[in-house]
Amino acid sequence: MTGLSVRGATFRAGGREILSDVSLDVVPGETLALLGPSGCGKTTLLRIIAGLEAPSAGVVAFDDRDVSNSPPHRRGFGMMFQDHALFPHLDVGANVEFGLKRARWPEPRRRERVQELLDLVGLPGFERRRIDRLSGGERQRVALARALAPEPRLLMLDEPLASLDRSLRERLAGELREILGRLAIPAIYVTHDQAEAFALADRIAIMNSGRVTRVGRPSEVWEHPETEFVARFLGMGNVVSGEREPDGWVRTAFGRFGPVAGPAGPARLLLRPEGVTLVTAPGDGVAEGIAEAVAFGGERTTVTLTAGGQRVEFSLPSSAELPARGEPACVSVPQIQELAQ
Amino acid sequence: MDRSVDEKRPSLTARARERRPLLLVVPAGLLLAAFLAYPLQGILRESFQRDGGIGLLVEDTYYLERGWFTLWQATVSAALTLLLAVPLAWLLACHAFPGKRTIEAVLMVPFVLPTIVVAVAFSALVGPSGVANDLLTRIPGIEEPPIRILNTVWAILLAHVFYNVAVAGRIIATGWRGLDSRVEESAAMLGAGPAARFFLITLPALRNSLLAAASLVFLFCFTSFGVVLILGGPQFGTLETEIYRESLFLFRLPVAGALALAQLVVTFAAIVINARLQQATPQRTEARSTTPWDRKSAALGAAILALLLLLTAAPMAALVERSFHGGDGYTLRYYTMLDDNVRGQALFVAPIEAVRNSVVFALATVAVALPVGTLAAIGSVRARSTLAEALVQLPLGVSSVTLGLGFLVTMDQPPLNLRESPALVVIAHSLIAVPFVTRTVSARLRSLDPRLRDAAAMLGAGPARTFFAVEAPLLKGAIGVAAVLSFATSMGEFGATLLIARPEYPTIPVAIFRYLGQPGALNYGQALAMSTVLMAVTGSTFFLAERLVRVRTGGVS
Repeated sequence: MTGLSVRGATFRAGGREILSDVSLDVVPGETLALLGPSGCGKTTLLRIIAGLEAPSAGVVAFDDRDVSNSPPHRRGFGMMFQDHALFPHLDVGANVEFGLKRARWPEPRRRERVQELLDLVGLPGFERRRIDRLSGGERQRVALARALAPEPRLLMLDEPLASLDRSLRERLAGELREILGRLAIPAIYVTHDQAEAFALADRIAIMNSGRVTRVGRPSEVWEHPETEFVARFLGMGNVVSGEREPDGWVRTAFGRFGPVAGPAGPARLLLRPEGVTLVTAPGDGVAEGIAEAVAFGGERTTVTLTAGGQRVEFSLPSSAELPARGEPACVSVPQIQELAQ
Repeated sequence: MDRSVDEKRPSLTARARERRPLLLVVPAGLLLAAFLAYPLQGILRESFQRDGGIGLLVEDTYYLERGWFTLWQATVSAALTLLLAVPLAWLLACHAFPGKRTIEAVLMVPFVLPTIVVAVAFSALVGPSGVANDLLTRIPGIEEPPIRILNTVWAILLAHVFYNVAVAGRIIATGWRGLDSRVEESAAMLGAGPAARFFLITLPALRNSLLAAASLVFLFCFTSFGVVLILGGPQFGTLETEIYRESLFLFRLPVAGALALAQLVVTFAAIVINARLQQATPQRTEARSTTPWDRKSAALGAAILALLLLLTAAPMAALVERSFHGGDGYTLRYYTMLDDNVRGQALFVAPIEAVRNSVVFALATVAVALPVGTLAAIGSVRARSTLAEALVQLPLGVSSVTLGLGFLVTMDQPPLNLRESPALVVIAHSLIAVPFVTRTVSARLRSLDPRLRDAAAMLGAGPARTFFAVEAPLLKGAIGVAAVLSFATSMGEFGATLLIARPEYPTIPVAIFRYLGQPGALNYGQALAMSTVLMAVTGSTFFLAERLVRVRTGGVS
C-alpha cells in the first residue's frame, strides 16, 4: 500500500505547456495540499490524476500499478468538485447513493451507508431534500458525502470551499480537517488559499507555472520558503536586494542584515515578519526608511517603509508609538533568510 | 478495496476516446449522404445538361426577373418585419406586463403554423369574400369589396411579416437582454434623452442581433413557397415557385435544377452569415432588470401590443370564422363532408384520409428524426466537433421544393428506387426535422455543467451509464420539445410533399392545395375546414412544447 505516485506528468494544450514534468507521492492517511495561484496548473494536475484529462507525458500509478490507461470511472478515486457538481435531478439521498449503485452495493447496505455519510457530514434526515433547496454549505457537505460514500482509494478535493463565504469557509475547513484526519486513504486538496492549506494538510506542494517548486510539511515550508515566489505566495512579501560584504552581512537600502554565509556579491533577503518591533535608532539588523503609509487594522497596524525605491511592510502592535506618515522610522527585524532567485 | 483497475480493457489513448462519440453522428451522416447529397448531385447533373439548364437561365430575362423579384420581396419582407419586431423586442426585453408569457406564446403561434395555413388564413381575412370585406360592404355606400390585395405583392409581404415578426422579435430581445443597462444609464447621466439613447446607444449595440434576425427572415422569405403560390397568384413567381412549375407542369427538369442551384447559393450565404452573427452575439445569462412603466411608454407599449395581437389574431380568427360560414349563415357542412369521398373531386380519397396520412407520416417522422437527431447532437457535442454539428444543419439551407426536386430526379431508379413508396415522404420530412432536433438537444446539452459528467465518472459510471443516469433525465424536456417540433414540421410540410407525395397518399397541406385549385364554394370551404384542423393541431403541439420547456426539471446555471 504505497498510495498515489505521479511521475513526470506533463500536459500541453494549444502550444502551451500547462504542466511540466511534475512528480509527487501521497501515502495512505496523508493529506497533500496543492497550493498555487490560479492558472498554475493545479486543477489540471488533479484532473490528470483523476483520469479526466490525459497527460501528454508521464505516469499515474496507484499502489505500484500504472493506472494511466484506465478511464476515470475505473480508477476507484473520489473527487469533490469546485461548485460541487451535484446532480440537479436527484435528491440528496440519490446523489450520495449514485456511486454505491455503480459499485453494485446491495440495497440495504446502500441505505445504511447513505445515512452513515449524512450523519458524518452533519446532515441527518436530508435524504429527500432537493438539491436546489440547499444552502451553499449544505451542498458542500452533500458533495463530500457523495465523494466518500463508495469508499474511494484516493480522495481529491478541488477548491471545495472556494465558493463559500468567509465565516462558513473557516468553520467547514475545521470540520473537513477532522473528517480527512479520520480517513486511512491518501487525499489531495487543491486550493489557492495558504491558510486553508496550512489548516488542512499534512504536506504542502506549492506550484508555480506548471511546476512543483516546493514540497514539505506546512511548518517546514513556512520556516524555510527558500524561493522568493514561495515566500511571497505565503504572504511574506518583504524581499529586499542587497550586496553581501566580506563579513557576511548584507547591505541593503534599509540597512545591514546578517550575517548569512555565502560569497560576496548580490543577495536577496527575506525580512521575516516574526518578532519585529519599533525601535528609535538605526543600526545593524534594523530597517530604516520613510513611513510611506500607516494603515490601522485593529489590534495591529501595518506600516510601510520605503528606502532606495524599495518597499517593505511591517505589522506592528497598534499600541506602540507609531510613526506619522512621511516621517523616518526604524524597525528591528530579528529574523532574516536568504532566498534563491 | 474491492474495485481494482481493469487491465483487460484495451488501452485507448485519450484522443481516440474523444473521437469515439462521433460514431453517434453516423446515422445522421448516412441519412444526409443518401437523401441530401445524392439528390443534390442529381440536380447538379441535370442542370448541366446540354439542352437547357444553366445556359437557358442566363439567356432568358424571364428568369432574371424572377430572381430579382425573389431577392426584392425577401429583402422588403425582412425590413418590414424588423420595423415591427424592434418594438416587440423592446417590450419583451425591457418591460414586464401582465400575461407576458402567454402573450409571447400567442404571438409565436404564426411561426409554427404551416405556410399553407397562413396563406389560406390571409385569403379568409382579406380575400374578395373574406371577413374584412364582408364587414366593410355592410357599411352603407360601400358596394364593391374595398380591400383588393389578394394576388398583389402586398398580400405576400403582409403574410411574411405575420409569419416572422415574433421570431425576429425574440432574437432581438435576447440580444437586448444581454445589453448592460448601466451603459444606457450613464448615457442618461451625460444628458442623452430616451430617443438619443435608443438611436445612439441601444440600436448600434443591437447591430448583430438585428442582422441575425434580418438574415433569418430573409432566408425564410427567400424560399417561401406556400404563401407566394397561393397569395401571389401566377404573376408573382419566385425561384421556389418557378422550380415547382418547371418541374411539375413544364417538365423542364434542367431549368428547375439550374434555378435550384442559383437558390442554393443564396440560401447558404444567408445561413453562413446568420451563424456568424449568432456566434458573435454575446450570451449573457443574468437577466436584465425590467424598466418600470411611465405614462408615455405604457401608452406606446399598449399600442404596439394591440397592433401585434391584431395582426396575429385577425387572420387566425378569420380562418376559423370562414370555415363555419356558408353562403347563407353558419354551417358545419365543410367539416361533416371531410369524410365523404365524392367522385371526380380534387382528391382520389376521402379528405379524412389525408388527415390520417398526415398523422401517420408525422409519427413516423418523429420515430426517425428524434433518435437520429438526438444521437447526432450528443455525438457532436461530446466530440466537440463543430464540423459535425454544421454538417447536420445542412438541410436548413436546402429549400423544400429543391429537396422534392432532388428526390424526383434521383429516386426513380436504382440504387434508390423509392418513387412509389410513401416512405419517401417520411424521409423528406425527417431530413427537414433533424436539424431542429439536433439544435434543440445540443443547446440543452451544452447548458449542462460539464463537471456533472466528470462527477459521474469519478463515482464509477462509464459513458453509457452516465448518459442514462445523469444526462438523459436532464435532457428529457429538450427531447420532448424536439419530438413536438418534428411532429409539427411534418404535419405542415408542403413544398417537398407536393412534389413527391403519391396521389393516393395526400397529406393535409396537399389536400388543402388541391381544394384551392378547384372552383366552387364547397371546395374552398373544405380547404378552410382542413386549414382550421391543421392550425388546431400545430398550434396545440406548440403550446405543448412551451409547457414542456417550462416544466423541464433541474435548470442548471
